[in-house]
Amino acid sequence: MKSLRALLVTYAGVMPSMLMLVGFLVLPLAIILVFSFLTPGPYGGVEPQVSVAAYVKLFFQKDLYGDLTFNSSVLEIAFRSVKIAAISVLGCVLLGAPVAYYIAQQPKRRRNTLLLLITIPFWTNLLIRTYSWIIILRDNGLVNNFLISANLTEAPVKLLYTEGSVVIGLVYTYVPFMILPIYAALERLDAGLIEAARDLYASKWRSVTSVVIPLAAPGFTAGSILVFIPCLGTFVAPELLGGGKHLMLGSLVQMQFAAGRNWPYGSALAMMIMAVVLVCLTIFALNARKTGGGMQH
Amino acid sequence: MMKIRTAKRLLGYSFGAITVASGAAQAEGDLFIYNWTDYTAPELIEKFEAETGISVSIDTYDSNETLLAKLQAGGTGYDIVVPGQGFVPILVEENLLLPINGPELLGYENITEQFKDPEWDPGNAYTIPWQWGTTSFTVNTDVFEGDLNSYDVLFQPPEELQGKVGMFRSAEEAIFQAQIALGVPQCSEDPAEMTKVLDLMKAQKPYVLTYSSTGILERLVSGDVLISQNWNGYSMRSRMENPSLEYAYPPEGVPAWVDSLAVPKGSENYENAITFLEFVLRPENIALQSNFAGYANGVTGSEGYMAEDLIGQPELSAPADVPLIFGKTCSPEAVDLRNLVWTTLLE
Repeated sequence: MKSLRALLVTYAGVMPSMLMLVGFLVLPLAIILVFSFLTPGPYGGVEPQVSVAAYVKLFFQKDLYGDLTFNSSVLEIAFRSVKIAAISVLGCVLLGAPVAYYIAQQPKRRRNTLLLLITIPFWTNLLIRTYSWIIILRDNGLVNNFLISANLTEAPVKLLYTEGSVVIGLVYTYVPFMILPIYAALERLDAGLIEAARDLYASKWRSVTSVVIPLAAPGFTAGSILVFIPCLGTFVAPELLGGGKHLMLGSLVQMQFAAGRNWPYGSALAMMIMAVVLVCLTIFALNARKTGGGMQH
Repeated sequence: MMKIRTAKRLLGYSFGAITVASGAAQAEGDLFIYNWTDYTAPELIEKFEAETGISVSIDTYDSNETLLAKLQAGGTGYDIVVPGQGFVPILVEENLLLPINGPELLGYENITEQFKDPEWDPGNAYTIPWQWGTTSFTVNTDVFEGDLNSYDVLFQPPEELQGKVGMFRSAEEAIFQAQIALGVPQCSEDPAEMTKVLDLMKAQKPYVLTYSSTGILERLVSGDVLISQNWNGYSMRSRMENPSLEYAYPPEGVPAWVDSLAVPKGSENYENAITFLEFVLRPENIALQSNFAGYANGVTGSEGYMAEDLIGQPELSAPADVPLIFGKTCSPEAVDLRNLVWTTLLE
């Protein structure tokens, strides 16, 4: 009787999170999975006819003679998306880690003010903030006007509509997601450990690389995941700042559900992205275990 | 607009019992319009309500696909819908429209020849035109001094325009012009033809700055792009800010669209819907809509009632010898091929 009650209490306690997981994760995923194995309807939607055509389409397309031949477009788009997302993660680490460290060093009241400042950009719509970068980066924009008036260059430097400008936009957008977890990890860091390292004649640099970074590794991992995943699916920055000259995975999926009218293919692409994310996360996790996990215990 | 209407209705409810006017309006019944967002002139509706005593409600959608799905689901209670020309045959085929028998409508003769008995609705059995426009490209004539009315300027840009070309972002719109330039049908299911389209666009790609449908006006006005695919109304607005931005009419023709008024199945106020169609066919009324939305309409004589800044604008009326090529809704095979071209182009 008692154990049954305990069981019920446990279930009741778990219920909200179970409901959330099922309602917001399992069900939508199941729909995507099922749709990816159906046939596209003529004007969007799906028809209840099982088919693996959508998955075949990821790598093979009909050629001129109606034969299926290998097509690398999707792979190239996926590779580019992963590359840009990875570079953006790196950019966020380089920019975010020092900021997080600085904030963690401040007195407590000051810290809260600084954290508030970090979140202020989120008060403005993403589209508007991304648009502002166009004004900064374009040929007759702020940066080029400055460079020209300072006689550093004669013709404007091409900054906008490059992969670089996409990365700038992504780093700008997502760096707070890197700062906050790293800060959370650093805040809990026992200052005594750094002192101990210094007492044992570790240089300043050495104490950072051997003590601070390994202890903050969970923060770095969490931040990297939080930045990597949205970067992979983004389509605002690639269109506005990259000029849309190269498709990214996010735009490719979006296209299939709109004018492309091929929902199963869009769903298959979404499943593929999830597989990519899963592989990347596993690599992240293994790395984290090697570096951070070992030190902590 | 909707806010004003809601407020009015609320007032109507609170004073309904004692206000004679609102009682009279009720007696004439209702009209439920389902139209694209921001695409129904408030002045037009106010005039219609005042004249007929019919009370109008408006609901909005953002794509033909949404409209189709809504009508397929049934039970909408809408009396007027506004499909694009590519979707009219689909709605008819799916048995979702009621016949209106256009030629018997009062004022049918006002419809311009172009939109009488159109390809997408033979004999105007189901629709009358609402608004229409074209898609082409805008050229900065300060920089490019040659003849701009040629697709070569867009697809094989001369040196002064290279690297400053703007293209649409949607596969459908961007590819349509390449197809017209090459004489390939819009809904081609022939891979050889579509390979030619891909080759043309691939050769153009090094000179393209952006494939983007947002910010076209800003890029043209700031000079970031010197030539850009564009909609006619947008091109007119760009020219207002920079007089050297001209809209091209290549002799091969330009893509065109027209949204039409139709009565969906399940309409409970068919008579009122017909009254609305006949009301819209009067030039002084449809002019109100054009003034609001900034697009041309298909009714003769409406120019006389249009706002001054819309009259005689080259963007709004194509030269008579330039064919208007109305977009169709293509077969899944054709859409597949088009997507393949697009994905390969931008891989």
